[in-house]
Amino acid sequence: MSDDVSRGLSRRRFFGLAGAGTAGVLAAGAAGGAIGRATAEVPPAGGAADTTGAVPFTGAHQAGIVTPAQDRLHFVAFDVVTDDRAELVEMLQAWTAAARRMTAGQDAGEVGAVGGGPYDVPDDTGEAMDLPAAGLTLTVGFGPTLFATADGVDRFGLADRRPGPLTELPAFPGDALDPAISGGDLCVQACANDPQVAVHAVRNLIRLGAGVVSVRWSQLGFGRTSSTSSAQATPRNLFGFKDGTDNLKAENTSAIEKFVWVTDGDPGADWLAGGSYLVTRRIRMRIEPWDTSTLAEQEQTIGRTKKAGAPLGQRGEFDPVDFTAQVDGEFAIPQTSHVFLAHPTNSGTAILRRGYSFVDGSDGLGRLDAGLFFIAYQRNPETGFTQVQRNLRTDAMNEYVQHTSSAVFACPPGVTGDDDWWGRALFS
Amino acid sequence: MAAVAGPAAVTLAALALAACGSSGDSGGTEAQAADQIAVAASDDTCDVATSELEAGVHQFTVTNSGSKVTEFYVYADGDRVMGEVENIAPGVARDLRLELPAGEYETACKPGMVGDGIRAVLTVTGEAPSLSEDETLAQASADYQRYVQSQTGALLERTTAFTDAVQAGDIEGAKALFPVARTYWERIEPVAESFGDLDPLIDGREGDQAEGEDFTGFHRIEQALWETGDVSDMGPYADQLLANVQEIVTLADEVQLDPLQLANGAKALLDEIATGKITGEEDRYSHTDLWDFRANLEGSEAAVQALRPYLEANDPELVAEIDERFAAAEAELEQYRSGDGWVSYDQLTQDQLRGLSDTITALTESVSQVASVVAGK
Repeated sequence: MSDDVSRGLSRRRFFGLAGAGTAGVLAAGAAGGAIGRATAEVPPAGGAADTTGAVPFTGAHQAGIVTPAQDRLHFVAFDVVTDDRAELVEMLQAWTAAARRMTAGQDAGEVGAVGGGPYDVPDDTGEAMDLPAAGLTLTVGFGPTLFATADGVDRFGLADRRPGPLTELPAFPGDALDPAISGGDLCVQACANDPQVAVHAVRNLIRLGAGVVSVRWSQLGFGRTSSTSSAQATPRNLFGFKDGTDNLKAENTSAIEKFVWVTDGDPGADWLAGGSYLVTRRIRMRIEPWDTSTLAEQEQTIGRTKKAGAPLGQRGEFDPVDFTAQVDGEFAIPQTSHVFLAHPTNSGTAILRRGYSFVDGSDGLGRLDAGLFFIAYQRNPETGFTQVQRNLRTDAMNEYVQHTSSAVFACPPGVTGDDDWWGRALFS
Repeated sequence: MAAVAGPAAVTLAALALAACGSSGDSGGTEAQAADQIAVAASDDTCDVATSELEAGVHQFTVTNSGSKVTEFYVYADGDRVMGEVENIAPGVARDLRLELPAGEYETACKPGMVGDGIRAVLTVTGEAPSLSEDETLAQASADYQRYVQSQTGALLERTTAFTDAVQAGDIEGAKALFPVARTYWERIEPVAESFGDLDPLIDGREGDQAEGEDFTGFHRIEQALWETGDVSDMGPYADQLLANVQEIVTLADEVQLDPLQLANGAKALLDEIATGKITGEEDRYSHTDLWDFRANLEGSEAAVQALRPYLEANDPELVAEIDERFAAAEAELEQYRSGDGWVSYDQLTQDQLRGLSDTITALTESVSQVASVVAGK
């Protein structure tokens, strides 16, 4: 969609000079013609090239959503195991304090990994000692079951605070969801440029939550599959294709406002304004069938070229996607291709994708248990992920993917002052 | 808490005597009992001769005239066990000697050894001397030593019965005694493990042995009982197990743990649950893991209770949290009681195991703080 040629320095050329796969430090443009467009005046996203620095923890929105996607993920979903609202609030306050510290590159607690006496249990687990902040962001979300359990029990007096859109996703054809790795009352998305920093953060939050929450499921991701800033190169997913070329970008503020942030007047805005809905899907890729399919089949499935990531019928990654273009009397981009069906032009909406590749070992049958841990942020799941996914019913890619887990969370707005904490507006 | 002034010592002294099943023979309680209080227990009554006592040492004599095996407890606030006698068979009388500071208590008989029991209020008045902090900690060590002694006595008694059944080829009898004998072992496991070589001989699992070493002990016999149902060649293993248990009993009776070792032992027992029992790894043939689970939990609580007066004085919030979390773990486990014992590990669902695991994880976070408080003296 992007016609960055008009902006002077071609994104393609820039990456050619800098080396493919290297995050650019200039804002060279952004995708998203159907949605809006980044302007040339937009400054580079802070810290996109600095993989060691700290991302500010406080702000109107939680970090980790439009923050330029870091390279590593540790995502964890929790069940709340207490019925005591005060205990839950206390834990969220403790989590916020620890997150404030860890995202600044400090130990989880004031004593630290080695600051106490020999008989004290350290209040930090220590594996991030000597490591930088590494761009760590911690993003918290509340699942529908926090407001009322599946059988309707309102454990924390929150039932009437649940916004309508915060509900389990509908079933989609081909789903093979495992309930044990789906859902959750709470979630934490930890992203960092160093996997150890992300794991350290999650591990310390789990400890702080003992007796209040219990880990329901968790997922590691080793490589971002989307760029969320125009200062970032588009990475490749495990299909070997560039993913997220036309993703919403942080610099495209009008589209972000329209499609990502919950706004005054939306359901639940009294506590959720400035927040966003998070949808996660663990998408197992059928790696072996994919790897033995022809290049043409792969490109026809995706709707882009494998090397450049150009829309079929075009040459460059950011050349406009033209669904009317024909080659030899056929549409260049097949109507069953993923790009055709998922693109904002045809899905009628947009979501901010922030997914990660995963390989969870192998499946006992000699095949990699690998794929995409899909993460999307949107203003409303019904008009976001659900609308896109419904449109993918005839997606040729379905032959190569299977969704094995699903979850939806409402992520509250950012923590502002020193005394603020995750979920304060919801619990106050 | 109404009765927190130094009761832990008493609890353990009492437990010691209770578990030995006799009074005055352990040297555990220095003070002489002021009186003897009769407790008439039946299947539906629990008549304690008095409901008011002076602070000090008292001896309860519990006579079971019912048809079910019973237990007798004295609880402080929050059902904290001040003393108990277990396994009082029909027609039998057992003694419980116990020092009670001023406070409100409840007595309870538990016919069939289940449920909350038949309760009555017991009020204790008068002054109990207060100890200095160092004395409190010294008392904790002495009290825990008596607890260990009480357990070793029962361990020897029950292991003898178990090995006798094995020698006699009594498969069903041996199977029934296996988790019972192990209860006393599991309650004091960190102490037993401190005697390096004996622990693997008594409690090693198949595959833990170095090359050339034999697989021996409880689990060797467990394997024979449950896997093959043939114990005809278990005689030497039974002899060896009993001899090793006898040796460990002698050693454990001498052991004096310092307060930090108590604190670490309390946590180590919870770690035992997390690593061996939640996983079903410990009793992989018999699936009697929940018996061991319960015993580890009780042993951990006993060590914490020994330190309780000191902890109450120095970190009452931690004590409250630990109490709450012990109660939560016990309540979670209580769901799986079956008759006089526990349901088989292999009948537990993943969700049920997770519930157990969650309560132990939370409890361990709290109990792990005890060492820091003790070291802060």
